Amino acid sequence: MIDWSGYLDLILQGALVTIKLTLMGSVLALIMAFLAGLGRLSRFFAVRALATIYIEFFRGTSIFVQLFWAYFVLPLLGFELTPLQAGVLALGLNVGAYAAEVVRGAVQSIGKEQYEACTALNLGRWQGMRHVILPQAFLTMLPTFGNNAIELLKATSVVSLISLADLTFQAQVVRAQTGNTLVPFATILVIYFALAMLISWGTRSLERRLSRGLDGVRV
Amino acid sequence: MEWDWAFVREIMPTLLEGVKITILATILGSALAAVLGLGIALLRRSPNRIVSRTVGFLAEFIRGTPLLVQLYFIFYVLPDFGLLLPPLTAGVIGLGLHYGTYAAEVYRAGIDNVPRGQWEAAKACNLSAGQTWTHIILPQALPPMIPALANYFIAMFKETPLLSAITVLELMNQAKSVANTYYRYIEPITLVGAFFLVISLFSVVLLRWLERRYGKVER
Repeated sequence: MIDWSGYLDLILQGALVTIKLTLMGSVLALIMAFLAGLGRLSRFFAVRALATIYIEFFRGTSIFVQLFWAYFVLPLLGFELTPLQAGVLALGLNVGAYAAEVVRGAVQSIGKEQYEACTALNLGRWQGMRHVILPQAFLTMLPTFGNNAIELLKATSVVSLISLADLTFQAQVVRAQTGNTLVPFATILVIYFALAMLISWGTRSLERRLSRGLDGVRV
Repeated sequence: MEWDWAFVREIMPTLLEGVKITILATILGSALAAVLGLGIALLRRSPNRIVSRTVGFLAEFIRGTPLLVQLYFIFYVLPDFGLLLPPLTAGVIGLGLHYGTYAAEVYRAGIDNVPRGQWEAAKACNLSAGQTWTHIILPQALPPMIPALANYFIAMFKETPLLSAITVLELMNQAKSVANTYYRYIEPITLVGAFFLVISLFSVVLLRWLERRYGKVER
């Protein structure tokens, strides 16, 4: 009979790495999403072009290739990255590109009359965006952001292939040491699912909180 | 490190071998996902509560956990239960199962979009349940879904590099083995990215065409 307590510890350490990656990746993705999403709506052609290239490039190539590129090719060009940095960079930039389209869509879905009201109140472009458009658009973005965060969580499993000790990596270690395949893989599947449920519950409650007092204002 | 075109020419045939497997896996995976997705969508509408709940939970579970871990599960755990699959078969089943749950949501939305009157008219014409599905509901529900389904199949295409983790010799794996043989990462990994970008950009054009051709619902 195998003593699982030590291995459970290993899996939990992996879970911690996965959670860390998910959180850091999400922060980077959120920043990139707003930069590129609003960039695509910019008045300046150069900014629009730059944002479009970023989005199409990262949506067009797969996360896996981007991660390998960040880990194996960037050092040759003079940027040495630890596996964790490479992981956060690839995950954040990849998911950020998807989320940027969400930001753009949500901002564009805000009615014309809101922009006209901004002009009528003599708000500048940035002021109008900050105080009128984004607070409304953010609520539309939230559910999709939740889905994007779950996609990011699922994508973290790929970093195990560049030797970062996340959940999937630790499961492989346990498999190699015990020879048992069912227990480690079933365990991490359940942990991943629990984390995904946690994210979707989190976004739902955040959505409820933010939409409080807006009943009847929004359709 | 310099970019070496002679080296690129040398490794091209090997990479093209990989592209073939990548495309084969995508096509087989898409076909499986399309069929499984329809099955899941229909079972979720089953009048039997136990069937619909169980299938619903399983689909949710598969969607909430990483494809990589599912591939490991199919490839490493199932042999313990006497089911030894060749790598490509395991990969195609993994892709088909994972994206089948996404396709199921597309089918569900498409079926829900068929107006109630059609169901009632089918009943009034004394059609059986099977006849209603094959002659009335699905012919109307399927064409508008095609663009959304194609979107997921493109996403699946971008996930095929994961198959390299279960030793399928697709594009990414060929590139890695070339890189490990010659100790040059910059060309193989960059070329993999370029291949994916080019094929993705083409598929975006195809997707736009599909949207124009099938996306609009004629009522």
